[in-house]
Amino acid sequence: MSIEQYDLTKNYIRPLDADKHELAIETKDLQVFYGENHAFHDGNLKFERYKITSLIGASGCGKSTYLRSLNRMNDGIGRVTGQIMYRGLDINTKKINVYEVRKHIGMVFQRPNPFSKSIRENIIFALKEDGQKNKKKLDEIVEKSLRSAALWDEVKDDLDKSALALSGGQQQRLCIARAIAMAPDILLMDEPCSALDPISTLKIEETMIELKKNYTIIIVTHNMQQASRVSDYTAFFHLGHVIEFDKTRKVFTNPKIQATDDYVSGNFG
Amino acid sequence: MMDKIKEKIQNNSRETRQELRGRILTYCAIGLILIVVISIFLFVALKGIATFTQDKASLKTFFTGTNWNPGILGSDGKPLVGALPMIAGSFGVTILAAIIATPFAIGTALYMTEIAGKKGRNVLQSVIELLVGIPSVVYGFIGLTVVVPFVRDHFGGSGYGILAGSFILFVMILPTVTSMTVDALKAVPKHYKSASLALGATQWQTIYKVLLKAAIPGILTAIIFGMARAFGEALAVQMVIGNASLLPTSLLTPASTLTSVLTMGIGNTVMGTTANNALWSLALILLLMSLIFNILVRWIVKKGRM
Repeated sequence: MSIEQYDLTKNYIRPLDADKHELAIETKDLQVFYGENHAFHDGNLKFERYKITSLIGASGCGKSTYLRSLNRMNDGIGRVTGQIMYRGLDINTKKINVYEVRKHIGMVFQRPNPFSKSIRENIIFALKEDGQKNKKKLDEIVEKSLRSAALWDEVKDDLDKSALALSGGQQQRLCIARAIAMAPDILLMDEPCSALDPISTLKIEETMIELKKNYTIIIVTHNMQQASRVSDYTAFFHLGHVIEFDKTRKVFTNPKIQATDDYVSGNFG
Repeated sequence: MMDKIKEKIQNNSRETRQELRGRILTYCAIGLILIVVISIFLFVALKGIATFTQDKASLKTFFTGTNWNPGILGSDGKPLVGALPMIAGSFGVTILAAIIATPFAIGTALYMTEIAGKKGRNVLQSVIELLVGIPSVVYGFIGLTVVVPFVRDHFGGSGYGILAGSFILFVMILPTVTSMTVDALKAVPKHYKSASLALGATQWQTIYKVLLKAAIPGILTAIIFGMARAFGEALAVQMVIGNASLLPTSLLTPASTLTSVLTMGIGNTVMGTTANNALWSLALILLLMSLIFNILVRWIVKKGRM
């Protein structure tokens, strides 16, 4: 198959077939504006349930902006238009309770950001605010979340120590545990490994592959190997557009567009 | 050629002399300030202690006695220097003012950092700066003509007293406490907020459980700075507190503070007399209190870092 130059008027996104794939979340014509700045143009993407989808692209291409829009974290920062379909409902409207949305679409940030509380307090913070008071149940969730984030064995004796005493990689896994303690459907990860060393990165990747049995994961990454190692689908973002979306293997070995090929092979200009 | 470089390396140049001059200038400045601070402290301390060494007043009477009449000797032959009414008055107005000011300051600061837009923030910022700039005599005058009658009409008594003084001090320390609380809230790392919001917490839950918790050391520092200011304020308090050196029995009876007695009395006593020395003892207490406030602030800041 011959490779094409990118053409704005054409659509290169191979949509997932809704009959064959169970969708977790889908965006239709999602656009983001920061004041006058049109930061993101056309987000028509579908994310399959219990799969990992990578969003790749150069800095400033709009992938983090897109990701943050999915759980309405851009509220009050930018203007997001278009539809975000979640469980058959458009969650990008004024009427939607954003706090409930965020409980079901969790997020892990670029820099590990635990609160300066104990490990246990970090995990049960949101649960307590949500009204969960049963101590036994909370303890259960703490253990389960830490196990899912592959952190339990390292911290089980130090649950009441400050989370800030953990290493960067452990802090990030704590943040993952904190996010999954709310039992979300979808986990958004914004460059979760960019501040970590390769070994911690590997651990997080293993955690992600384990997590996808129960969660749908969408991850923004600058690390091409990471995208190819962990993700089932990859979307390539370029200058505020999604220009290619397909199975990860296809995007990396047989991209349809020149710009994607240049990016994934590290060949620019 | 080589020798010239060798020579230059070993000798002073314009740069080394400049460096030296700069150093001497800063050392001079810091030396002068140190001398001034130490002299003031020593002077006040010596004068203040004289009441007890020279005039044989007892320390116990000073801190627990309620009869303040330092020009006259009591039945035991010692001067009547019971300063408890003033100490109680000073702490009374200070603590009450801080209690009233703290919720307002935190509310205002939260509005400025979390809720207001840029415009609202700027307007409030200028209002606060304006409040700082009003001279204390103006506050006192307003207190005399507005607050004292208000207290008289709504709470009873003559209107003069700790309550009126606290109301005035509340307005006076509010800007200090507010702007320092704003700084404390701004110093909370941004990622705490996004972490909390991403977990589905509301803005109020985020403020209450995350931002305020993280800012507690800063807010405590702000309150203590406000208390230090209230403790040392003289003129405005003196105008509304009633100036009776009686142990306050309620918030509505006339009272006095360390500062008000000082400003009233210092012009009416002769240097070196017992009456004058007794005033210096009050000044020493003020100085020690501000020292304690300072130490407290440092301790809290240190604790907060850990």
